[in-house]
Amino acid sequence: MAETDTPFVQFIEVQKTYDGELLVVKDLNLDIKAGEFLTMLGPSGSGKTTCLMMLAGFETPTEGKVMLGGKELNNVPPHKRGIGMVFQNYALFPHMTVAENLAFPLEVRKMGKSDITAKVQRALDMVELGAFGARRPAQLSGGQQQRVALARALVFEPDLVLMDEPLGALDKNLREQMQYEIKHIHENFGMTVVYVTHDQTEALTMSDRIAVFNDGKIQQLAAPSVLYEKPENAFVAQFIGENNRLRGTVMDDDGTACTVKVEDFTIKALSVNHNGVGSGSTLSLRPERVTLNPDAGSLPNIFDATVEELIYLGDHIRARVSCCGDDEFIVKIPNAHDQSALDKGEKVLVGWSMEDCRALDA
Amino acid sequence: MVDAAAPSSAPTASSTRDLVTADGTPLKVALARATRLSKLRAFLLVAPLLLFILVSFIFPIVQMLWRSIDNPEVTDAIPRTAALLEDWNGEDLPSEQVYAALIEEISADGMRQEIGRMGARLNYEDGGFRSLINKTQRGAGEISESPIQYAMIGFDEAWEKQDTWAELDALAESPGFAAAFPATAEKLRAWETGNSPFAEKTPGADVYETLFEELSGSGNSTDIAQVVSLLGGTDNPIADLIQRTAANAAEIKDRPLRFALGGVDKDWNDTATWKVIKAVSPPVTMSYYLNALDRTYDANGNIVMQPEWKQIYVDLFLKTIYVSLGVTLCCIVLAYPIAHLLAILPAKHSNLLLILVLLPFWTSLLVRTTSWIVLLQSQGVVNDVLFFLGIVTDESRLQLIYNMTGTVIAMTHILLPFMVLPLYSVMKTISPSYLRAARSLGANPLVAFVRVYVPQTVPGIGAGSILVFILAIGYYITPALVGGQDGQLISNFIAYHMQRSLNWGMAAALGTVLLAGVLAMYWLYDRLVGIDNMKLG
Repeated sequence: MAETDTPFVQFIEVQKTYDGELLVVKDLNLDIKAGEFLTMLGPSGSGKTTCLMMLAGFETPTEGKVMLGGKELNNVPPHKRGIGMVFQNYALFPHMTVAENLAFPLEVRKMGKSDITAKVQRALDMVELGAFGARRPAQLSGGQQQRVALARALVFEPDLVLMDEPLGALDKNLREQMQYEIKHIHENFGMTVVYVTHDQTEALTMSDRIAVFNDGKIQQLAAPSVLYEKPENAFVAQFIGENNRLRGTVMDDDGTACTVKVEDFTIKALSVNHNGVGSGSTLSLRPERVTLNPDAGSLPNIFDATVEELIYLGDHIRARVSCCGDDEFIVKIPNAHDQSALDKGEKVLVGWSMEDCRALDA
Repeated sequence: MVDAAAPSSAPTASSTRDLVTADGTPLKVALARATRLSKLRAFLLVAPLLLFILVSFIFPIVQMLWRSIDNPEVTDAIPRTAALLEDWNGEDLPSEQVYAALIEEISADGMRQEIGRMGARLNYEDGGFRSLINKTQRGAGEISESPIQYAMIGFDEAWEKQDTWAELDALAESPGFAAAFPATAEKLRAWETGNSPFAEKTPGADVYETLFEELSGSGNSTDIAQVVSLLGGTDNPIADLIQRTAANAAEIKDRPLRFALGGVDKDWNDTATWKVIKAVSPPVTMSYYLNALDRTYDANGNIVMQPEWKQIYVDLFLKTIYVSLGVTLCCIVLAYPIAHLLAILPAKHSNLLLILVLLPFWTSLLVRTTSWIVLLQSQGVVNDVLFFLGIVTDESRLQLIYNMTGTVIAMTHILLPFMVLPLYSVMKTISPSYLRAARSLGANPLVAFVRVYVPQTVPGIGAGSILVFILAIGYYITPALVGGQDGQLISNFIAYHMQRSLNWGMAAALGTVLLAGVLAMYWLYDRLVGIDNMKLG
């Protein structure tokens, strides 16, 4: 993994169709660096799992090439690709013990017996299941099965590990714990991980980069913070995190800032991805970037709002207000001691900066 | 120990005693009362089925088991004889009492049916018995009327011949004979004989008795010598007859019935005949089972192999097991790919295929079997195609039916769905991700299939095999129709004994051995694979 600058995995103009009528993956170009943790995020049917399966070898691209380490993969059968994979339902072999499951990839590689035993034990220790080797998968809890699946995908030391919604079947607490574990394993071993999920929190927690899929296309490929803070289009803005959306018309644009008319209100926004003056645009604004009762003139956008609903969430309070003609406008108010309590129906001012309000495509 | 245990057990005891409802009834009693009605209702719902199973399944099986050892025929027909024979030592002929009892019982009027059944039963042991019993039944009535007459006839058949009596009758006129045997001479003179076609050929019983009386009278050796000389010396067979009868008179007088019955049939003079009757007398018998295993009792009651030409059942049982195993194996080989295809195809196609698999179920068994005859006979479709392709010549057409090949082919076809369905239901539950996982872990398709897929289908293979094997081992119609001589299985012989030979005891014993075999296989399967691993759907 010396050549970190050349991509380790490449999708080059890949297209995929199952029925010859509908493209599941449209013209995909994606470079993944060695050692990177890349997440494919998207709603179901967005083509992310198909991409993963093409990489694993269970689907063939209809068009284009998939490359691994500089070699074309299209005609390499799955068992010769040397890619580890963790499946959604773990796919642990029920008729084998945990240790036999882990030994399987080593046995088919015709490794020596003592080597196998050592490696299996090391892998089990890595996932803290050293004492469970003799059990059957059915005798393990969901989280333990998950770890075994992970250990099995790693035990033959692949350079690339694919994970297909591996945490989907776990409950919330366990899922969070496993997210950290997978992340730590990735940091310790340095293999390349391609991770598929539809859970944005999971994606944000673990990834180096996230590819947001929708409708067979990558909508945006960026680091989690960039994706969250600087979504490039309305889909990404809405899909990642909570988001206030205001629809309006672009009045003028100086290249960086633009003015958008939303009903009777004029809002100053950052010009990102709209279709030019006169066209429609969706303004994207994170709820936590809205300031309640700002000082007059401190922010370029300050509007009147009425509190419609208050939801107490412990660390913060979600206030649904009507503002700029939108009664689904959400404001997150941190639960700090200097915050005065709001009442339903109260008239307030809300304000936000120009940079936090992004003018995106309609 | 008691002291140590007491403190620990005391709290438990008191805590169970404490469990009572609010009004003080023990909780267990309250629970029983609360659930009684629902239990009763559940039982009533099950009752019809339970009754049905009892009547149609348990009862016939018990009946069959009983029939295979039940042996009432001899004791039903001749109870006293059988009882007397129990004390018989088996070396000499039985005592006169036994003969008397047999003659009385066998000629009893109300017992004809029982006697007939006894004859049939004895016939299983030895071929000549049915006719012996029939003959004896006819003769016994006469014997009891005039035992001495039949004893003399039994001693020597010549006493039944017209020539003998004609010569004696002629002699009766001579004073020498009249002097020696005055009473007999008188009787003979009174006896109407001569040339009349209506005349009796042998005299009445009273003549026999009178002659026998005078023959056996004490101090008559001179009289006999005189009659012998009258007849022209011992060269004359009749003179010889008289001499011999007189010599054995004491014995004949002592045991008239033994000689009489010997006269009806010589077999009664053979201890072997009596031994067979004695052996068949007990109310329960193992002889059906011995027969079913090609063994039998010898004359001394030891278990020995049947003569070579009668040994059929053990070979037949083995053949049945081999054929069933072969059919099971064929079914696995044929059903596995079908079931796999069914399991991986999309529902639209797999449903159609499943209908094709089930189609044989909707066709009559007879139709399916007979269509195999059409296909496989030597002028049939298969042979015609082979001939057309030049693979066989007209002389070397394959014999595919009316032998073991036909039986195996037709049975495999008929039992195939019983293998496909359990396999299919198991394979359907195996997620394709297992195979994918195996391949992603580096196994080539074959290794992935053998090491990951096949082991998971073992429950289905096991269930299908047990079903097919048990059905095959008792299969009847197909071997009967397409098996010919060579392809008959044990069930065909059970049917033969049920319907043709009417030897139900034998049929029951064969059936019980078969049942035991199936149970043994089941046990073996449980040990090897585990019944828990079986999955029928």
